[in-house]
Amino acid sequence: MAGAAATGGSARSDTYASARNWLLLPSWAVLCIFVLAPVAMMLVYSFLTKEFRGGVIWEFTLAAYDQFFFDRGLFGDEPARIDWTYILIFWRSIWQAGLATFLALLIGFPTAYFIATRPAQTRTVWVFLITIPYWVNLLIRTVSMKFLLRDQGPLNDFLLATGLIDDPVRIINTNAAVQIGLFYSYLPFMVLPIYASVERYNFALSEAAADLYASKWTTLRRIVIPSVRPGIIAGCILVFVPSLGAFLAPDLLGGAKNFMIGSLIEEQFKGNAGNWPFGAAASMILLTLVLVILMFLARQQARADREATS
Amino acid sequence: MSSRGDVRTYSGFRAMTMLCLFVLYAPLIIVTIYSFNASRSITVWEGLSLQWYADVFWGPESGKFKQAAINSFTIALIAATMSTAIATSAATAIVRGGRFRLRMASLGLISLPLMVPEIVTAVATLIFFNSIGFTRGYLTILAAHIAFCIPFAYLPIQARMQGIEDTFEQAAQDLYATKAQAFRRVLLPMMMPGIIAGFLLAFIVSLDDFIITNFVKGAGIETLPTAIFGSVKQGIKPNIMAISTMLLVVSIAMVTISYIVGKKDNST
Repeated sequence: MAGAAATGGSARSDTYASARNWLLLPSWAVLCIFVLAPVAMMLVYSFLTKEFRGGVIWEFTLAAYDQFFFDRGLFGDEPARIDWTYILIFWRSIWQAGLATFLALLIGFPTAYFIATRPAQTRTVWVFLITIPYWVNLLIRTVSMKFLLRDQGPLNDFLLATGLIDDPVRIINTNAAVQIGLFYSYLPFMVLPIYASVERYNFALSEAAADLYASKWTTLRRIVIPSVRPGIIAGCILVFVPSLGAFLAPDLLGGAKNFMIGSLIEEQFKGNAGNWPFGAAASMILLTLVLVILMFLARQQARADREATS
Repeated sequence: MSSRGDVRTYSGFRAMTMLCLFVLYAPLIIVTIYSFNASRSITVWEGLSLQWYADVFWGPESGKFKQAAINSFTIALIAATMSTAIATSAATAIVRGGRFRLRMASLGLISLPLMVPEIVTAVATLIFFNSIGFTRGYLTILAAHIAFCIPFAYLPIQARMQGIEDTFEQAAQDLYATKAQAFRRVLLPMMMPGIIAGFLLAFIVSLDDFIITNFVKGAGIETLPTAIFGSVKQGIKPNIMAISTMLLVVSIAMVTISYIVGKKDNST
């Protein structure tokens, strides 16, 4: 999506060049005040001292970042050791988000490809079917999944009825449930951009490959996939980034034990027990992580584009 | 023709597509079915009934849900209208404003809410309102929604405007229309499908939002998602399934509208 906004326009002109600044003013004002300024303020808060009733004291300290990475004992007087608690929560989130992205790609790519190769009339129906869940409230979808996966839920009832299992399988409140939830939440985000890429793919290339005795799977691996790479990358970003900071799936399906970044951050701001500077610092670390990944992919893409044109 | 079909299609991809649709739809269909359950328990099926729908409208929690629904829909309506207007204005400058220095910066700024993880935006907005001493409530939710809806409204509008040659506006101006008239009478009507798509997307994104709303709402005000979340925390009750089914219908209606608008667009 971000990539789509960044590309130049085909029918660009300068009809309204004179009014340009006025036309841009509302968007700049709203986004600077309600997105940029808040992020800057969050950066400031991450360096402030924690107030016990859930606010801050305006004194500069690195305590929040220190707490994230190091353990200095109960009274803070022991030599610093690396504290793995929060690093592991981040690592688990990256792992869960990565796995969800991989699974979504595994199902999403064949789906996108299949839809793109349907005749034009039926194709719109298929796309419509993928678009509906994309528009349905994420909370409702997650609650539905919770209902389905419950110990006495329809999935267990079905498995018991078929005789595949003798006792209900415990799925809810496990890492697997979080995984299923993330995969299910963001699957349409994987299908739609890949579909858009495959639709523009020139199938004469596949025919040429077949004429040159490439097997179908070789054609897929060596010709189709490299050609639709931008769509695959866009789909992976759209699944990975929201999965990484997801709150609903880990909270509703994972229970208290299967913490991810989103729950860790949310907890710092809930009630009076929270630690705002620590929550701000954890958010900054998450934001940095995401921006580094996006920048890395953008540079990769720019390099691939240069190679394609030269 | 048949050999071409062979080159294009892969066996097994159809099965994967069916699996994909099954995964996407099974939970929604099951919840819809159970919302019509006559039983008080969510586990046992006791036949068809509309009692949980009646419970949503007239039951003990109906006041809470009604207020939450009013909040959700008014916020979504105002936020989608404002963000669509802001996005249309920005798209006009970026697509029709010639070359200028801040063009890439403007595009970057507009895409920012899409790149920043939602939970980070939520934390940042909460801290911002707290630090300027603004009491959290309806207005803070609205302001946050307007901001993060802008990129969703912007993308379809930009895409549409890029597809319109500027010759139409030039012709209007040759016929002595002012720039404002050329915009209002020529460009704007041609952009309508993009604007409607942008508005609907922004509306649904606002109606959908849980995380940011949950952070900036403050005590005593609920939107539908936060009310549903609060209720689900105590366990899934049948009335939640009825509300979910009704929201599902709203979402499907909106996709259908945008689909029909888009289809009309292609035929002209």
